[in-house]
Amino acid sequence: MKYFARRLVHSTLLLLAVSIFSFGILQLAPGDFFAPMGLNPQISSRTIAALRSQYGLDRSLPVRYAHWLRGVLKADLGPSFAYNSPVAPLLAVRARNTLLLTGTAMSLAWLIAIPLGMWSAVHRGKWADRAAGVVTSGLVTVPDLVLFLVLLLVAVRTGWFPTGGMVSAAFSDLNVWNKVKDVAEHLFLPALGLAIATLPPLVRHVRSAMIEVLEAPFIRAARAHGIAERRVLFRYALPVAANPLISLFGLSVATMLSASLLVEVILSWPGIGPLLVDAILAKDVYVVIGTVMLSSVFLVAGNLFADLLLFAADPRMRTE
Amino acid sequence: MKPGPKFDANRIEPLLRVTGLSKQYVQRRTFSRTEFDVSAFQDVDLALFRGKTLALVGESGAGKSSLARCIALLERPNSGRIELEGADLLALDRKALFLFRRRMQMIFQDPASALNPGLSACEIIAEPLAIQREGTKLQRRERALQLMEQVGLDAKWERKLPFEFSGGQRQRLVIARALALKPNVLILDEALSNLDAPNQSLILELLAELQVSHSLAYLYISHDLSLVSRFADEVAVMYQGKIVEHKETRGLFAAPEHFHTRELLATVHSVESILMERSA
Repeated sequence: MKYFARRLVHSTLLLLAVSIFSFGILQLAPGDFFAPMGLNPQISSRTIAALRSQYGLDRSLPVRYAHWLRGVLKADLGPSFAYNSPVAPLLAVRARNTLLLTGTAMSLAWLIAIPLGMWSAVHRGKWADRAAGVVTSGLVTVPDLVLFLVLLLVAVRTGWFPTGGMVSAAFSDLNVWNKVKDVAEHLFLPALGLAIATLPPLVRHVRSAMIEVLEAPFIRAARAHGIAERRVLFRYALPVAANPLISLFGLSVATMLSASLLVEVILSWPGIGPLLVDAILAKDVYVVIGTVMLSSVFLVAGNLFADLLLFAADPRMRTE
Repeated sequence: MKPGPKFDANRIEPLLRVTGLSKQYVQRRTFSRTEFDVSAFQDVDLALFRGKTLALVGESGAGKSSLARCIALLERPNSGRIELEGADLLALDRKALFLFRRRMQMIFQDPASALNPGLSACEIIAEPLAIQREGTKLQRRERALQLMEQVGLDAKWERKLPFEFSGGQRQRLVIARALALKPNVLILDEALSNLDAPNQSLILELLAELQVSHSLAYLYISHDLSLVSRFADEVAVMYQGKIVEHKETRGLFAAPEHFHTRELLATVHSVESILMERSA
């Protein structure tokens, strides 16, 4: 309990540091959302100054930060200049979409990585293991951008999957089952791309963790008792190999989030990625800060979840 | 002529007999497709008798542990015979071998890694019984607790995890697990090497007691000749994958024949003399 209280305090401090850093970085960028309006002769400088004052942009950075922080405690992430609406509801919809994408991709990546890594470990040094090694090493060298563009090209050429958005134009006319099917069809390509992008290191880690455990004397002892090989793998080796993999799960959230921003932009998935790019270009500062904070929250939550899993899986953690 | 004990002419039938056992590992050079064989041991003959200890000594890389793994059938030897109570283990099918495995157990060098870190002391000892589908869960627990007491561990520690035990206690746990299936043969692969001197003596005493009470035959693999001299009835010296000398312990220490045996004994004597000089 004490451990989790400590982790929670650390996470809060980390989020606080990220927010200060984001505010500082955005302050360094020249101009603001209203600066391009000065080029329009029909908008007077008084109007622009009034708009800046309305949104508090004329105040000093610490004052704005304190105001924003007070708002955060009341679930108000500030206003979006471009959308002319509060940031929080805007982010909520996008966050849901990003979570759907990353959650699906993460599950897909681990569902492939665990059996593939185990299979490679069992067939260590044989041609099948080497082939898996060549494929995963090859995938590591392919930049995510190229991978997503190739997937997009294949989807466009074959027409097997929709290549943009999250739903079809006629989504509202569909029944529940067809709605689910429609979202799944739109989700397939970005989720597959994201899973492939994060898969290679996962497979290599599962393989090496399994090899290490399979060579441990306690596994040899179990074999000397006549245990079936399948039971060795699933009942003995996998639970012990799980510890480093759970820690890796926490780290993979970060990889997944950064790759998801790219895949969302390229495959037009309406998550926080395209929102962030648009907001950066338009200098819609509160949306940028909100998006960065949301990504940080996902990251911290992913690591906290990994810690919880480790706590549940490793009895040594509970005793320490 | 192969070296062998000269005193066993009219002895009773051995519990375990190893004849002409050889093992080669296939290796491949980096960036090369050519495979070549590396011999771990060749043409090994051994015999283990009920209530007796045969020590297998030799320098690191002599092939002792590979031989132990092959005898315990954790690896398949390339040729030779392993007979346990007259049955040729290498000729048995999987089902028959499964039943025979209970009669021969192995104790490893590092007790920390020899125990499943996620299981409690009781579960670890009951694990071989569960694998061999022996008794109900309750019966297995009772037997585990009984074994804990037998090896000098308090039964109330049944829920403790391996990392909560000291090195010596962990090795007792390993011994209790090995005894769970009531084996006839125990293969001790450097089983005392990772322990400090007081724990070595305590475990040695325990093993000696268990040998008498359970009529166990030990194959004791070690490079520590001072422990071997206290524990073994016979010693086989292994050098470059071959048994080069095999004698009764007293005879071997009194009159070593092979140059490698003399080298090993010289090392012990020089260490002893250094220690004596220091204490003086």
